[in-house]
Amino acid sequence: MYDTSEIRKNLKIQIDGVPFTVVDFQFVKPGKGQPFTRCRLRNMMTGSQLERTWKSGEKLERAALEERQMQFLYVEGDFYTFMDTANYDQLQISKEQLGESAQYLLDGTMVDVLLFNERPIGVTPPTFVELKVIRTDPGFKGDTSGNTTKPATLETGLTVNVPLFVNEGEVLKIDTRTGEYMERVKVSR
Amino acid sequence: MPADSSGLVSRTVVDRLVQRHRILQLTRAHFDTQAFVEVETPAVVPSPGLDVHLDAFGVSAGSTARDLSTTREPRFLGTSPEYQMKRLLASGMPNIYQVCRAFRRDEEGHNHQPEFTMLEWYRASAGSHELMRDTEELVASIAQRINGTTVLEREGQRLDLATPWTRMTVAAAFERYAGCALDDVVADEDRFFRLLVERIEPELGRTQPVFLTHYPASMASLARIDPNDPRYADRFEAYVFGIELCNGFGELTDPVEQRARLLTDQATRKTLGKDVYPIDERFLAALEHGLPDSGGNALGFDRLVMLLLGAARVEDVMAFPASRL
Repeated sequence: MYDTSEIRKNLKIQIDGVPFTVVDFQFVKPGKGQPFTRCRLRNMMTGSQLERTWKSGEKLERAALEERQMQFLYVEGDFYTFMDTANYDQLQISKEQLGESAQYLLDGTMVDVLLFNERPIGVTPPTFVELKVIRTDPGFKGDTSGNTTKPATLETGLTVNVPLFVNEGEVLKIDTRTGEYMERVKVSR
Repeated sequence: MPADSSGLVSRTVVDRLVQRHRILQLTRAHFDTQAFVEVETPAVVPSPGLDVHLDAFGVSAGSTARDLSTTREPRFLGTSPEYQMKRLLASGMPNIYQVCRAFRRDEEGHNHQPEFTMLEWYRASAGSHELMRDTEELVASIAQRINGTTVLEREGQRLDLATPWTRMTVAAAFERYAGCALDDVVADEDRFFRLLVERIEPELGRTQPVFLTHYPASMASLARIDPNDPRYADRFEAYVFGIELCNGFGELTDPVEQRARLLTDQATRKTLGKDVYPIDERFLAALEHGLPDSGGNALGFDRLVMLLLGAARVEDVMAFPASRL
């Protein structure tokens, strides 16, 4: 349980069995009245936002969240299978629940799986991943159109903007927090 | 080194402090030209006020065992200068104002600081009606001088401070914004304040400031009961962009009724497990001597400056808020 004085941005709580993140909060108090804390919350299952107000001294339920490091094994249809490398436990997460994270997953990628009441609700990929370019137009030397980037499709289906010098078959370092190209990497895979 | 450990006040705040000084000068001029007398009362007082929802800082005589073992009466930092200012009213100073520090424990947020500046004034032969006029004229005229307009903008909303401001009874606000009758919630204080905070306050003062009037008699605090309707207190609050700016009353002058209310407040504080502060006997003695019919208002000066300058939080118009001390 949390006390209202412990409310902070990003605090994870649960209401009626649903986990929420505190997006923003404000101390409010009518001059002659009781103090309250007004919070804007994000539903961690659906992403939708709502406002809730707690009277000072009321208790908030801590979200039963657990993070486990797991390895992505394979995708079958809309379901992605992950394995805990310590005990070989496996679990599946739907593409919908993975959201953008699915675009960063290669077989063998280690990720943090977020579990709520032992059910997976999301995955945090590594901050940086290395992905191969499978399709991009050749860059033209002396291009005078003013474009300094072009789109490139990577092996997971992710599309990023890359400099004109990037070629198909090259491996790129991508920042998964922003989805942006960082640099080319020299690897042989 | 993080920016705020340099010991310096940011350039933005420094610019606002210059504006704040102008607002203070205009505030004083507003009262001085009406022949109000500016007074000063102590910050350290024998009773900080008994309001059930205001907690005070205690002041120890000193930090050594010898100091603590003396039999001196306890002292507190005042949550409001009300008791002493009313003693001045009873002593024959009818129209007075003060700009002073007030102290409220555990209040910190966008619109709150534990130590803040209060503008408090009293007008003779007046009640809520006259004090509301004082308030709207003061704020609108200062806005005009500072900003060249009475229009304020905040988070994409526009509001006009031009007088007269809207008057709305507490009962009308509950019906309109909370969809319930005041009579149905007034006995349940928890529900009253939750609806006020969640449903009503955010709606008040969106395009024009709103005075909430006719508070339930049970929430009169140090206000007199409405001379025309005993169900209500002669009390008001002003809201600008959903932010409470001030709280004013026609003052309670009956010493017997006042003592009864203070005793009730003490009992409620005890029930709630809160510190029980002493009753200020000299304040009551002054009421017994005779307090002239007066209206008073307490206005959060930091909030006024914040609103006029379009700052987001009160700490943005203070040189040294609690977080930067």
